[in-house]
Amino acid sequence: MKRILKAVANTVGGWFEARLRLKESVMPILEHPIPAGAAGPKGWWYVFGSASMTLLFLQIATGIGLALVYVPSADQAYQSLEYLNYRQPFGWFLRSIHYWSGSGMVVMVVVHMTQVFLHGSYKYPRELTWIFGVCLLLLTLGMAFTGQVLRWDADAYWGVGVGASMAGRVPVAGPGIVELLIGGPTIGASTLSRFFALHVFIIPGLLLALVGGHLWLVITRGISEPPVPGQPVDPKTYDAKYHEEVKKGKPFLGDAMTKDALFSSLVVLVIVALAAIIGPKGPGGLPDPTLTGANPRPDWPFLWLFGLLSLSPAGLETFVMLAFPAVLVVCLLLVPFVSNRGERAPSRRPVAVLVVLVGGTTLAVLTYEGMTSPWSPQMGAWSGDTIPTAVVKRSTPLELQGAAVFQNKNCRNCHALEGIGGKRGPDLSSVGVRLTRDQLIDQINNGTPGGGNMPAYGKHVRPAEMDAMVAFLVSLRPEGQPPAKTAGQTTKK
Amino acid sequence: MSEPTAPKPADAPTPEEPTRRSAMLWITGGVGAAAAAAVGVPVVGFLAGAVRARPIDWVPIGKVTDAALFPVNETRLHIFRNPIHEEWDGDSAKTGAYIRNLGKDDKGQEQFWVFSMICAHLGCPVTWFPQSALFMCPCHGGVYYENGDRASGPPPRGLYKMPWRIKEGVLEVQAPHLPTLQDTLEKPSDVVQLGIIKRDRGERA
Ligand code: FES
Repeated sequence: MKRILKAVANTVGGWFEARLRLKESVMPILEHPIPAGAAGPKGWWYVFGSASMTLLFLQIATGIGLALVYVPSADQAYQSLEYLNYRQPFGWFLRSIHYWSGSGMVVMVVVHMTQVFLHGSYKYPRELTWIFGVCLLLLTLGMAFTGQVLRWDADAYWGVGVGASMAGRVPVAGPGIVELLIGGPTIGASTLSRFFALHVFIIPGLLLALVGGHLWLVITRGISEPPVPGQPVDPKTYDAKYHEEVKKGKPFLGDAMTKDALFSSLVVLVIVALAAIIGPKGPGGLPDPTLTGANPRPDWPFLWLFGLLSLSPAGLETFVMLAFPAVLVVCLLLVPFVSNRGERAPSRRPVAVLVVLVGGTTLAVLTYEGMTSPWSPQMGAWSGDTIPTAVVKRSTPLELQGAAVFQNKNCRNCHALEGIGGKRGPDLSSVGVRLTRDQLIDQINNGTPGGGNMPAYGKHVRPAEMDAMVAFLVSLRPEGQPPAKTAGQTTKK
Repeated sequence: MSEPTAPKPADAPTPEEPTRRSAMLWITGGVGAAAAAAVGVPVVGFLAGAVRARPIDWVPIGKVTDAALFPVNETRLHIFRNPIHEEWDGDSAKTGAYIRNLGKDDKGQEQFWVFSMICAHLGCPVTWFPQSALFMCPCHGGVYYENGDRASGPPPRGLYKMPWRIKEGVLEVQAPHLPTLQDTLEKPSDVVQLGIIKRDRGERA
């Protein structure tokens, strides 16, 4: 029985092989030799690229699934997402996997890139491979942004608005670019259709083409050997050396591929687990631009940019928005040309290690800032966050009245009391120690001098209100601390 | 040495072949170019058509004398469907304008402030706080005074003013495109106005 089956398999397989000729076309590619080091334990450094690709395929599979139901029309996209979330069996799960796998793809691409950078694998003769990689990173981020827009909710709407407003600052061409981006004079149906085409056809097409090129280069120029300190790359001798190295190498189909497969499978499991436990993202608020109280936030891959835009000084802002990203990309593209020879081991390349540490920390800090966004007024604080009772326990009637004025004039939107409220301005829990009555009145009336952070309230606070509010603010002191005094009441600050 | 009768190798030159081949090349090039143009012209036309002319539309908001709609010295958010929209725009075709009735000026004309909700920094929606007479932006902390001037935060200018007019006793607002720094509502960019309708802003009462 077994023998018959085997014979049948052989005949059928042989029939196909006689026509497909895979043994002479595909097999050599799969079995292309890789440096022995890359097949050993150090090979675990090499798994991130294939994991990125695995997630790309997962995105394609889930994306096709979602496209069967999703309606890319401004008036129905939101409902179709709700339908996916609540009615379509496993719809929420597919959306969830698509979101988490997309996030994972961004992470994997960045990790892969960092590894390649730290190991100097971009040096001769793999410069072009790196350049393709940079383009793949940009396309991946492009997928993240366009994908966020397809989740046609308030964040999506305002995300496009912010993107368009940034583009609108390009000298001269700005307004034309805005129209091109949003597909007309306003954000709406044509915007969504356009982002759908980008997300589903244009960017994925480019992604697949570039992945093909990237892999082609990996195969033709070979996988880089694990870096060894004291063995610098010299373009004159590298090829011959690599050739020798690979002669002692191992076929890719084997340990290396097993590592890739194992790691990719683990990544997929983690993604699916996250998707199942945390669930899909949104859709959030309705895509109705007239709903005030919207609090637009970009998806996490762009929080660092959100942070950067909020923190950059006004004079530099347009530069930070337009030129800085371009400069960043050019720097990445130039990496293999600035250093395409020399040491590869991180232990011999302190500058490279420093770049990764500083760059990573900066991104992390900006992302954190973007997440907490202390610069945003909290629109509901004035009516939602009550004055902490401890603050007004021993207040006089006038001070109590002042507390009410303080709340009612929306001060809490920017000023916290005991940490609760907006973080745009300073926490005022102990402002009475810092500022005198006169200084407070001046600050409230005229705002921060020179058009700083605090607006001038002069016209909108009546004298009685001012009296009460300032009395309240002066009373904001830790127990036993005297109120602020202008030194001897003689020197002016 | 080949026999005279043997078929010549394909690339062996013969007197008449170069002209025939180059004629063939010319024809192929010509037909190819025609095919490319046949496809290219409509495709380019289609893509360019995506950038449409901006019609000037006026949206009636309400009777100037209607004190419930336009109470004097109070800023109200008025919501309308932007005439610049597609049938399938859904809620995204809705637009808001902050309108404040300033009462009559010396000549007895009604005066209004009409501001776009779109923040002049990066386009987020601003919220009006009547208690402190400020517009606040949720994104990067831009704040504006009641007259639209920048009060604090990153916006490089005041709120975008929307062109308005009074026609037969009705306050009308010009249908807004997405305002950006170089393409405001009062002074639209020339770049996207190429060959489009002479601009009639009507009377600024
Ligand atoms: S968009 Fe309003 S402050 Fe940035």
